[in-house]
Amino acid sequence: MSAYDVEQGDEVHPGNPVTVDRYTGGARINHWITATCLVLLALSGLALFHPSLFFLTGLFGGGQTTRAIHPWLGVILFFSFGGLFIRFWRANLWKAEDGTWMARLRDVLGGHEERLPEVGKYNAGQKVVFWSMSILIIVLICSGILIWDQYFAEFSTVETKRFAVLIHALAAVTIICVWIVHVYAAIWVRGTIGAMTKGRVTGGWAWRHHRKWLRELVGKR
Amino acid sequence: MANFEYVLPPAPTTNVKVAFGEEDLVRRSASNISPPVKQLTPVSKLIDVSKCIGCKACQVACLEWNNMREEVGYNHGVYDNPLDLTPASFTVMRYTEWVNPESQNLEWLIRKDGCMHCADPGCLKACPAPGAIVQYSNGIVDFDHDKCIGCGYCIKGCPFNIPRISKVDNKAYKCTLCSDRVAVGQGPACAKSCPTHAIVFGTKDEMKKHAEARIKDLKSRGYTNAGLYDPPGVGGTHVMYVLQHADKPELYANLPKDPRISPIVELWKGMTKYAGLAAMGAFAVIGLLHHVVTGANRVSPEDEENARRLAGGRR
Repeated sequence: MSAYDVEQGDEVHPGNPVTVDRYTGGARINHWITATCLVLLALSGLALFHPSLFFLTGLFGGGQTTRAIHPWLGVILFFSFGGLFIRFWRANLWKAEDGTWMARLRDVLGGHEERLPEVGKYNAGQKVVFWSMSILIIVLICSGILIWDQYFAEFSTVETKRFAVLIHALAAVTIICVWIVHVYAAIWVRGTIGAMTKGRVTGGWAWRHHRKWLRELVGKR
Repeated sequence: MANFEYVLPPAPTTNVKVAFGEEDLVRRSASNISPPVKQLTPVSKLIDVSKCIGCKACQVACLEWNNMREEVGYNHGVYDNPLDLTPASFTVMRYTEWVNPESQNLEWLIRKDGCMHCADPGCLKACPAPGAIVQYSNGIVDFDHDKCIGCGYCIKGCPFNIPRISKVDNKAYKCTLCSDRVAVGQGPACAKSCPTHAIVFGTKDEMKKHAEARIKDLKSRGYTNAGLYDPPGVGGTHVMYVLQHADKPELYANLPKDPRISPIVELWKGMTKYAGLAAMGAFAVIGLLHHVVTGANRVSPEDEENARRLAGGRR
């Protein structure tokens, strides 16, 4: 079996319990820089999205600084997420079992993992989150640059900017919803947060949620 | 001589208010306010293009009154100078040379461009900063620079492409209709300076009446399509034009024929705002409910045991 799903640093450690290295230190730092940027972007963006949330500009030192800092956070996020993309894209390629997994979303949400096909390092839900984030971030950076008037005002017409600002808002709402799914899944599926903080999961977690990946890791040893 | 002796309410001598205040607001950006008890009389500036001689006294008066200075620029080979509105130049004369196909006359159409003070202002609709754009009950749309965050949304909202963001202080600027002068019973600086009375100022009703007389005069001189530009798409404006060719406003440096707030802006500031908040809220609530109903997805001891059997086999 080709090791399509195993990323650099993934390793299984026999013991009691079995532990599995899932994310390297680099990947985790990369993830948390991206996460911090995304949260700050959401807060500063929402402040300008709806009047009832304008008070959030207070977190950034007022309206002027919120307006000034938001696009720069976007630039940092773009490159930071670019790092995650390079790390994770291969393991997020769509596989045959992902369709089956998706078709049984009811069992997924019900927590009936025994009725689902064995999946690799990422399940179909995680892959959807990954690709949605990838596409939305490209949409957001492109539309964002078009409305970054401080530096790029003269490069597009007002009509183009109107479309850009609408698309930016819609994409932002969508990415926040995707983010909610991502965060909720990490909380709901216990034992996941450790992967993002310590880089490790237990063997049982890998068995339950990513059995194909675990088998591959064991087979690799 | 056409009637330009318009009547303003007499300048107050007692209880002079230095400026319009919160009590005069009918609209306030990113805020809900109740309309004021005492409404001011709607005012309007009327610009009679047929009387304009393009002297730019209005541009100078505007810079002077607002204490703005333009950088010394370049002569681009045309009369328009500066070529476009700037954060300092709230008004510019736009010169169009047009050969009338009917009369073969070369007509020099000179339009004083600047904020139209829409009754339904797109800038105010788009503005995300509470109170940065306000509309007084007399119709004047004004920017409060202390509250402006420099996002440029007003530019996207404006159907006339008027506001400009300063590169110096990152705030939006446009014509105030000299709200500070109007508050104390004066007309705008441009109107005051106009040597031909092409710019006049008064109550909106008076200005419409004044325009009627001007249009009648123009029609009697062969301008059969002369008319008033007070576009209903934006609820009418508090700066109106008398045009010789009101059927073709585009002739006048692309004055829009039927200006309205762009449907894109309406969608962005309407549906998107509410549907967006609802969607985000729904996702959060569904997550919460799901957790309450299904409980946490925990790894069982059997899962750990299975993993141990799988991984431990090769210890």
